[in-house]
Amino acid sequence: MISWSVIDTWIIIVGVLSAVGCALPGAYLLLRRQSMMGDAISHSVLPGIAGAYLIMGNREPLTLFLGAIVIGIVTTVLIRLVKHGGKIEDGAAMGVVFTALFALGLVMIRRAADHVDLDPDCVLYGAIELTFLDTVPFLGMDVPRAALLTGGMLLANVLFLGLLYKELKLSSFDPGLSDALGYSSRFLHHLLMVAIAATMVASFEAVGSILVIAMLIVPPACAYLLCNRLLPMLLVSAGFAAASAVLGHLSAIALPPVLGYEDTSTAGMMALAAGVLFGGVFFLSPKSGVLAQSWRRVRLGAQLLSEEVLGVLYRRQEAPGVSARPVLAPEELRRGAQGRTVEWLAGRRLVRQGYVRPVPGGFELTEPGLHEARRLIRAHRLWETWLVEEMNLRPDHVHGPASRLESVTGEAMEEELARETGAPAMDPHARRIPPAEKH
Amino acid sequence: MLEELWRVFTFQDYNTRVVMAGTGLLGLAAGVIGVFLVLRKRALLSDAVSHATLPGVILAFWASIALGMTGRSLPVLLSGAALTGLLGMVTVVALRRWSPIKDDAALAIVLSVFFGAGIALFGMVQQIEGVHAAGLTDFIYGKTASMLISDTVIIGIAALGVCGIAIALFKEFRLLCFDEAFAAVQGWPTLRLDLLLMGLIVLVTVIGLQAVGLILIVALLIIPPVTARLWTHRLAPMAALSGMFGMLGAGTGSAVSALFERLPSGALIVLSASAFFFVSLMLGTEGGLLPRLWRRARLRRRIRRQHLLRRAWELREQTGKRTFSARGLVARHAWHPVVAALELRSARRAGLVQRIDGGRWEFTPAGESEASRAVRNHRLWELYLITHADVAPSHVDSDADRIEHVLDPDMVAELEELLAREQEDTPPPSPHRLETPTNGGGNGR
Repeated sequence: MISWSVIDTWIIIVGVLSAVGCALPGAYLLLRRQSMMGDAISHSVLPGIAGAYLIMGNREPLTLFLGAIVIGIVTTVLIRLVKHGGKIEDGAAMGVVFTALFALGLVMIRRAADHVDLDPDCVLYGAIELTFLDTVPFLGMDVPRAALLTGGMLLANVLFLGLLYKELKLSSFDPGLSDALGYSSRFLHHLLMVAIAATMVASFEAVGSILVIAMLIVPPACAYLLCNRLLPMLLVSAGFAAASAVLGHLSAIALPPVLGYEDTSTAGMMALAAGVLFGGVFFLSPKSGVLAQSWRRVRLGAQLLSEEVLGVLYRRQEAPGVSARPVLAPEELRRGAQGRTVEWLAGRRLVRQGYVRPVPGGFELTEPGLHEARRLIRAHRLWETWLVEEMNLRPDHVHGPASRLESVTGEAMEEELARETGAPAMDPHARRIPPAEKH
Repeated sequence: MLEELWRVFTFQDYNTRVVMAGTGLLGLAAGVIGVFLVLRKRALLSDAVSHATLPGVILAFWASIALGMTGRSLPVLLSGAALTGLLGMVTVVALRRWSPIKDDAALAIVLSVFFGAGIALFGMVQQIEGVHAAGLTDFIYGKTASMLISDTVIIGIAALGVCGIAIALFKEFRLLCFDEAFAAVQGWPTLRLDLLLMGLIVLVTVIGLQAVGLILIVALLIIPPVTARLWTHRLAPMAALSGMFGMLGAGTGSAVSALFERLPSGALIVLSASAFFFVSLMLGTEGGLLPRLWRRARLRRRIRRQHLLRRAWELREQTGKRTFSARGLVARHAWHPVVAALELRSARRAGLVQRIDGGRWEFTPAGESEASRAVRNHRLWELYLITHADVAPSHVDSDADRIEHVLDPDMVAELEELLAREQEDTPPPSPHRLETPTNGGGNGR
């Protein structure tokens, strides 16, 4: 069984604080299509930290923040320089700059290893499990230093984004207008990068750079799939970030025992949890989820198919010499359907609306079904007439467009169409247009 | 120290030889194939893929332990890496295809989530009894020194294969990089070619894991092509140069890491590749900083020289004398006397003007024709702007100023034909004279 302790509570608090603190500026990165800048800065911040440490000789938060701010600016400037010098795309310029800086940072750290207690591994994975070991008194209780640091960073980010809300919004959605109005989008970009570099430094010790990159982008990406407006998107990303942190730690201590291990890296699990949540949103989002998309496609297919069924049955009935109600065989329905779901849905729709009833050998039209079919055929043939007369299309070219138009033709539209075409009795193919019915 | 240096660079150590051959071949393959990656604007896809290999390495290690093997077999670990690397690439493509998520975010999501999963798995694998899993972290930072001859052979075969395919399909890849739509219209199987190219990227990433690690392998795929881009715009020389830069960077880096054993070798390889890049960014003939500055300075100098000649010519026209004075130039054009003096001096050195008695100057025959050409270009262009672009005569001077310096003889001939001017070698009269006869050469300033 999982044993819960105050340590776990603190881990979750630190995780939530840093996750939310990352997700808020990250949302802007995502909107500015600069997501990989998070990755780039997370790598290039290493020489900044190492350099600040080597120069100042301590690892106070202020020292490291200074290093981060410097490196945030240096990285963005270098990327721009390389991009323009080499006339290459953003991505390649980022790749050149951050790998070179990261390599430099690794060498600097190793050179200084004798008198510096900085470990690249620690930067990568963080040590969220150990946050409880380093506490400071705060408001009368022993609070982990990491919690204060990440909490402070979250507060700073909220202030930064709140104070510059309008400016950042403007420059994210329309940099040209922003520049024209006097809010330099480049300056705001630099500010945002500095904020992200500082957030990273605050989070490194606690959760490691991998979690930072994940929290910068993955929760905002979830929110991006669910929201259309900026403020809800920020709030939803914060929610997803917190949920990823909680879920991540829970699964880090609960899942491994199932496989026979003690526990695993909380930071890794938090990133994974964010990924799982994103996967869920990717499939289930009502707006743009994969399921919603394919459901809409299937439903549309079923609607079109059921209308086609009505049309086919009506045409069979109107053929000369047919007196009995014609029957549509199930195989015919299957042949017309794209896939089993569409077939099933179309059949169910027809029966439930009472337009067809099952008889031996298939379906036949009911009385309401006949009315509906007559309406559709009328619309179809009126459209054919209109397309030939008004748009000068050839009669053998109008069936397709008319089929698509008939399913979106309402009563008022049908009347107008009849008026415009002069309510003829025959369509261009010399078939009778059913007269309008009184409702 | 020197002795050590000598030993390393003359390949005396068996171990150094193996490592340098392996990393050099890796750099060659990565450089060649990276060119296509960078030109297809997918440079950072390699970053996502390389991070996505981590869970594969760990899972392969786990699986091989579970099957009773040592978990140290490189081919097994690398096939695991290739598997999740490909999965990561497919995920990026799927996110792009089926959601409104943009490219950059798809890359960042795949990168961080796959890597996080790898770290979480690693946390568990470490706890397996009696198994030394620590070596797995070598795949993150790379450990060149532990390269064996068998690893070098694997890298060599893969590298030669990659280069061979790149050469065999050079034409197809070029078409894919520069005009995918055209390639598709021509009937090339663009999707399959793209998949093959991405597959080769995964292959290079995977074989590079051990040498430089998954964080820095992306450097070998991006830095050499961008370096080569600074020297040429043609694809074939670019691919060759890029392969060479990759090989040199990797070779130099591993040689240096043989000297400084405590320093991380992957980082040294990347740093030496970046050193080549930095030098190219400064000196590269296509977009390098210094050549660009030099070209700009040369153009400025030419413009200043032409201004001097033209102004002297106009001054002469105005005064009707054969000679002109420095003071006259300064007075008419609000030039700083020092600047004018310097310009005159440099024109004299170039043999265009000469000093005669009484502090006055005159054109040499060479200067005469230079000046006549400069004035001619200026006035032809002014006339063109007035007659064909409907610009007011009082506005054409500064516009003409901008373009006259870059007119080549062909264009001048065309202008002449257009304006149907018959004067052979003498410049046409200034259009401003028609407007403001007293103001002579007409200077709007």
